[in-house]
Amino acid sequence: MANDIKISIRKLFKIFGPDPDVALEYVRRGMNKADLLEQQNHVLGLRDINVDMRDGEITVIMGLSGSGKSTLIRHLNRLIEPTAGEIRMDGEDVLSYSEEQLRKLRRERMSMVFQKFALLPHKTVLENAGMAKAIRGYTTSDFEADARKWLARVGLEGNENQYPHQLSGGMQQRVGIARALVSDAPIMLMDEAFSALDPLIRSDMQDLLLELQEELHKTIVFITHDLDEALKLADHLVILKDGEVVQQGDPQEILLNPGDPYIVDFISDINRARVLRVRSVMKPGTEAEDNYAGDISERDNLETVLERSGGDTELAFRVVRDGQQVGSLHMKDLTKALVPTAAATESRQRA
Amino acid sequence: MATYDSLFSSLGLEEWCSQGQSDAPMSMADLLAKTKGENTEPESIWDAPFPSMDALNESCAAFPQSRELTKGLEQGFLAIKDSLSLVLDPLTQPLSWFLDGALYAMLNTPWWIVIPLLLAVVYLVTKSWKLMAFVGGSIVLLAFIDHYDYAMQTLAIIFVCAFLCVLLGVPIGIAMARSNTLQRLIIPVLDMLQTLPPFVYLIPLIFLFSVTESKLYGIAIILYAIVPVIRLTNLGIRLVDKDVIEAADAFGMTPRQKLYKVQIPLALPNIMAGVNQTIMMSLAMVVIASLVSAPGLGIVILAVILDRVTKASLARINASQKQ
Repeated sequence: MANDIKISIRKLFKIFGPDPDVALEYVRRGMNKADLLEQQNHVLGLRDINVDMRDGEITVIMGLSGSGKSTLIRHLNRLIEPTAGEIRMDGEDVLSYSEEQLRKLRRERMSMVFQKFALLPHKTVLENAGMAKAIRGYTTSDFEADARKWLARVGLEGNENQYPHQLSGGMQQRVGIARALVSDAPIMLMDEAFSALDPLIRSDMQDLLLELQEELHKTIVFITHDLDEALKLADHLVILKDGEVVQQGDPQEILLNPGDPYIVDFISDINRARVLRVRSVMKPGTEAEDNYAGDISERDNLETVLERSGGDTELAFRVVRDGQQVGSLHMKDLTKALVPTAAATESRQRA
Repeated sequence: MATYDSLFSSLGLEEWCSQGQSDAPMSMADLLAKTKGENTEPESIWDAPFPSMDALNESCAAFPQSRELTKGLEQGFLAIKDSLSLVLDPLTQPLSWFLDGALYAMLNTPWWIVIPLLLAVVYLVTKSWKLMAFVGGSIVLLAFIDHYDYAMQTLAIIFVCAFLCVLLGVPIGIAMARSNTLQRLIIPVLDMLQTLPPFVYLIPLIFLFSVTESKLYGIAIILYAIVPVIRLTNLGIRLVDKDVIEAADAFGMTPRQKLYKVQIPLALPNIMAGVNQTIMMSLAMVVIASLVSAPGLGIVILAVILDRVTKASLARINASQKQ
């Protein structure tokens, strides 16, 4: 999927405080976040962010609280104005937009899903789902069919005339997603969209999102503090720390080759078998061996393969994509890939 | 000799001071001191009075006493009174028409139309048969003891004044919620309106307008009762969930759409609480105003009725949008 770059962020800085331009100079000269707060009384929000987000992909921005991820996503639709830098969307400079252009962008090209749902409490589920259309001036009868379709698609058939407070958290967020889908915007911003939900429902919602993405191919920017969630959803993963990008790229790649001790810490206690996929650890090539124990898809995770092997480390599988062999996977390689990175570094240090 | 003699002499102002020697009437304190025949010579620094206008006047007769200031204010008010009422009179004239019209309508419509009409309104806003029965019983009781006319007069005044309070107060509250500067300017005014004893409202108004005009008490009631609806509208809009406002922005609402589709609907419970308080306060003011010129009589039962009805409709609004 060599897609076009939909959103491009270049050299983006954000500093909070009374005189950000002066503080920006200090930051450009290399002052760190703690010093800036102590000496200049300004808070460094984002430092030199460069990210490209491709059309039809899910870009996940991950970081702990205070890392600037929510600030970053709000720059995309200019709910927050940057101190310096450039944001291009379909090649257009968003920062040069007039108020009218910006409103058009927010209405027609972007939708947003919020952590706390942010539904209108005095409107029905149906009216909430059609909010984006209503803002553009359509009447309820114009968008009703569309809203019903998407509500049904996210599993809320029959709830159309209820009010948000009558629904559970998970259902409210489904309304939030339906609202974003009804707007027909090609870009979807999701700000910790599933963080307020309990784990089982969260997992359901992730599956729902992936399923929808399979058919819709929107450009999704997803914010999360949960690494499992990030690895499950991401086509492109950006890890933020203290307002800076620590590492970005293919999530599998980051998992196998973490570029920073911070990330090693992060990934040390995740379930690697569930996250790693066959394509990241297989041996590419089409050379045939006779003793394959079976076929596996390149998109299977290692847990599935482990289950099929029954724990037998002598087996090898043929990896296929669309019925064609693309590689092979020996259980020994699989086991190696499961060795936690943190443990690996420790043993190297000890040696 | 007074405390600040030396101050004026050191400034070389003795001559100017002596020009001011006058036979202005003495203050009560001076008189008392004179009759006691004491020489009030403040000796130690501990006894030095604050250099107020009066204390300085003692040392320098040309320095004005503070009563000149209040006198000046009073004269100023009297001087602009005529021109002020020339401007305010036509400006507030519609209020008189409203009040007179409402009174006329309430009193000249036969009771067997007014009472069912009121009950219908009660049912419409509260959707409660029980409350409607209570209101009906109360009105019938008032009418039975020959207080029907008084009750209707009071009700007419309150309807008009509360309606105008809402008409003026809600926009003021919205403007305040949108601008911090405006909020800083208006809050002291509201504080003043709330701390003044209700009687005080009537005094300048009696000066400005003729006592026989109904707008006299109309203005007093509105000034007194408008405060809660302004405050609670401001508060209500400021308390609207920031996340919902952000969502409204993110989906590209214009400021006007945001106000009508998000802020006002979500602030409605608070605004209605303000309206309820405004009605209660108009009722309180009607009682006081009726001592001057307003017809009608504040009746406790009316207060109870109005409170119940507005609270019940408020509860209905709340129920439909709790989060």
